[in-house]
Amino acid sequence: MDFNESPEEAAFRTAAKAWLAANAPQHELPEGVMLDDTEEVMLGRAWQRAVYDGGYAGITLPTALGGRGGTGIEALIFAEEEARYNLPKGPYIGIGLGMALPVIGKHGTPEQIAAYADRTLKGELTWCQLFSEPSAGSDLANLRTKAVRAGDDWIVNGQKVWSSWAHRSDMGILVVRTDPSVPKHKGLTFFVVDMTSPGIDIRPIRQISGASDFNETFFSDVRIPDANRIGAVGEGWACCMTVLMGERLNQGGERGGIENLIAYAEATPRGAGTALDSGSVRMALAQALAEEQAGKSFQARLRTMVSRGENPGALAAMVKLAFARRYQQTSGLALELRGMDALAPPAGDARTREIQHDYIWSTVIRIAGGADEVLKNQIAERVLGMPGEVRMDKNVPFEQLK
Amino acid sequence: MNFDLSDEQKMLAEQARGLLAERVPFDRLRKLIDANAEWDEPLWRELGEMGFLGANIPEEFGGLGLSELDLAMISQELGRVNAAVPFASSLVLAADAIRLAGSDVQKAEWLPRLATGEVVGCFAYAEGPGDLLGRGVRQEGAKLNGTKTPVADAGVATLAVVQAGEALALVRLDQPGVARTRLDSFDQLRPHYRLDFADADAELLPRGGQIETLFDRAVVQAAFEAVGAAEACLTMARDYAMERQMFGRPLAGYQAIKHKLADVAVAVEMARSNAFYAGWAAGDASGELPGAAAAARLTAITAFEMAARENLQVHGGIGYTFEANCHFYYRRERTLAIALGNREHWAERLIAHTPGSQTKAA
Ligand SMILES: Cc1cc2nc3c(=O)[nH]c(=O)nc-3n(C[C@H](O)[C@H](O)[C@H](O)COP(=O)(O)OP(=O)(O)OC[C@H]3O[C@@H](n4cnc5c(N)ncnc54)[C@H](O)[C@@H]3O)c2cc1C
Repeated sequence: MDFNESPEEAAFRTAAKAWLAANAPQHELPEGVMLDDTEEVMLGRAWQRAVYDGGYAGITLPTALGGRGGTGIEALIFAEEEARYNLPKGPYIGIGLGMALPVIGKHGTPEQIAAYADRTLKGELTWCQLFSEPSAGSDLANLRTKAVRAGDDWIVNGQKVWSSWAHRSDMGILVVRTDPSVPKHKGLTFFVVDMTSPGIDIRPIRQISGASDFNETFFSDVRIPDANRIGAVGEGWACCMTVLMGERLNQGGERGGIENLIAYAEATPRGAGTALDSGSVRMALAQALAEEQAGKSFQARLRTMVSRGENPGALAAMVKLAFARRYQQTSGLALELRGMDALAPPAGDARTREIQHDYIWSTVIRIAGGADEVLKNQIAERVLGMPGEVRMDKNVPFEQLK
Repeated sequence: MNFDLSDEQKMLAEQARGLLAERVPFDRLRKLIDANAEWDEPLWRELGEMGFLGANIPEEFGGLGLSELDLAMISQELGRVNAAVPFASSLVLAADAIRLAGSDVQKAEWLPRLATGEVVGCFAYAEGPGDLLGRGVRQEGAKLNGTKTPVADAGVATLAVVQAGEALALVRLDQPGVARTRLDSFDQLRPHYRLDFADADAELLPRGGQIETLFDRAVVQAAFEAVGAAEACLTMARDYAMERQMFGRPLAGYQAIKHKLADVAVAVEMARSNAFYAGWAAGDASGELPGAAAAARLTAITAFEMAARENLQVHGGIGYTFEANCHFYYRRERTLAIALGNREHWAERLIAHTPGSQTKAA
């Protein structure tokens, strides 16, 4: 075991640092300003293009996909250095790199890879994820949007929901039911879809944060060429698993860092000193910091497993579960230690406003990408080997389910 | 011993509950937020007409002279629906401060008008981040200087009770010496203001040393408000889980969800029990009040925090939409957890007032 960076890794960090110092500042977002969605995506594309030109796009993606073919550690190093700047990196970029490319890379044809990989890495194509439906979230395989074969095309009808940034995406990754006569996980097929296709109707949903960056996406007789099918007919569930695994491995830690909260406590007056003088605040933040550090080391272990070709499986769920809980707990605590001012900070106090946002956003982290309860089931069943819930819906043809 | 509410109290709660269920459907709250409204003024007027706003004001000053526990029935119901009215600011804090610390003349001048709701009061204590009570605002002679921020409901209030050191001062907000600036409030149904005083005319409330008692009494009401709100979250979560199908059966049938909501239910009943005791102590056993109020505060916040968070969690993605109703409580919960002092503050007070504790009262 060696926690130090290898000479190659250290050299990578030095180079990445220098490159970022020269390129990132002009792409930074203004502090505390809510950008218009269209503008944010435009800035996101431009930054991604710069990353591509710098040779840092898709660090872990194989060179065959146009990536750098680097290691997970390198990706982490770059992400750490990149996080020192306030850059436009939303789902509009993340879904393409973290979900679309891996699934296309693993299940797609060489033609599909050629069609999408390079343009996505350059920020030319933005992507959304069209999985969830009103009655299919945790129980994703319960989805009802259906596709019927018609010559060289498929005709899609149904409704997706919570589709982040679909209203500003060029392409979508889509899972639909192509065979209702087999059990729910078996009759699914995976596609990429051009979001400008006729018959797609995207309606933004207002969120509790005040933003409206996820959507209901309706499909009425939308034609998708069979050439857009990823993997075999009926292989949709396996494709989804590829996407969700990537989602889980990449989560955790990018926001709500505990060191920032310690600094926040120290910047909050209390009597003659600061809020950080309080024993209970110190205890809570130190515990959270220790857990955050554990999460980082845990992730390093998982990355090591991945680099050896092992599948961390439900272990990845542990990192996400622990992070989600801590994120809500500590952002809530930070508001409390701030006192009344946290409820209505002065206009210039961007830090408190960010923590308020964290407290709101933490609810999403506990739900999306595997909700707490679902992850606990996975850990119990796949890590501890405990039996699953008795299920009535697994081996019955979908069309016979109520 | 009879540790239950009286029939009259139950009826009062039912009456308030019926009225509020009708007047404050969730869509009403959405409308108020969209209008960036200061408050639900028609509801306030109606509460006034029904006498609710004079509940804790003595009969000689035009109120109903009800007990703290009676008042708590109204607080609980307002919490249950997330009502956007300055009940706590005006009645539980401002009116109570005048009643506790004011002169007879001050009481006669203000309490009758607070009791009808014609005058709205607010209570100013914080001065920016950190300590519960500010130290900057001072009263010199009949003038007040300094800044209080944030102050709940100061936009609709015409009268503020302002904490100035150990003293409490009465300040009219509609005078040139007071500037009000509306702040962006985390709780979208409870506006907060910054108040700047520049040689503002102010009157001292003559009976000093009442601030701690005032806060003790106010957190008892806040505890009932939190219990009402937590119960609303619990019911909402249960109802949703019954309806939502997951892997071929109702979500409510999964033990993970049952256990989660059972934990919330335990917390709510604990909180309610402490709140009963503190409500009783506030009226009939003032020696018990500091410890009882602090205990009620701590359990109420725990219950509401769990309930607000887990209610949203049980709803999944839909809980994150403005159209769903979880967010009203998720935001209000932070208001109730932080205003009047955070957990640490009340933990200190509880320890200080535990029989046998060597720590002197703060
Ligand atoms: C901000 C945001 C962005 C999103 N973006 C996208 C996107 O871009 N594309 C997309 O496809 N989806 C997206 N989602 C949807 C997300 O993937 C789902 O919300 C998630 O899968 C949960 O599904 P659900 O919302 O239907 O909740 P449900 O599945 O209905 O879950 C409700 C509750 O039940 C619990 N539960 C589920 N199963 C069990 C069980 N067996 N035992 C006990 N409890 C259980 C859950 O943990 C949860 O607490 C997004 C969601 C949010 C909030």
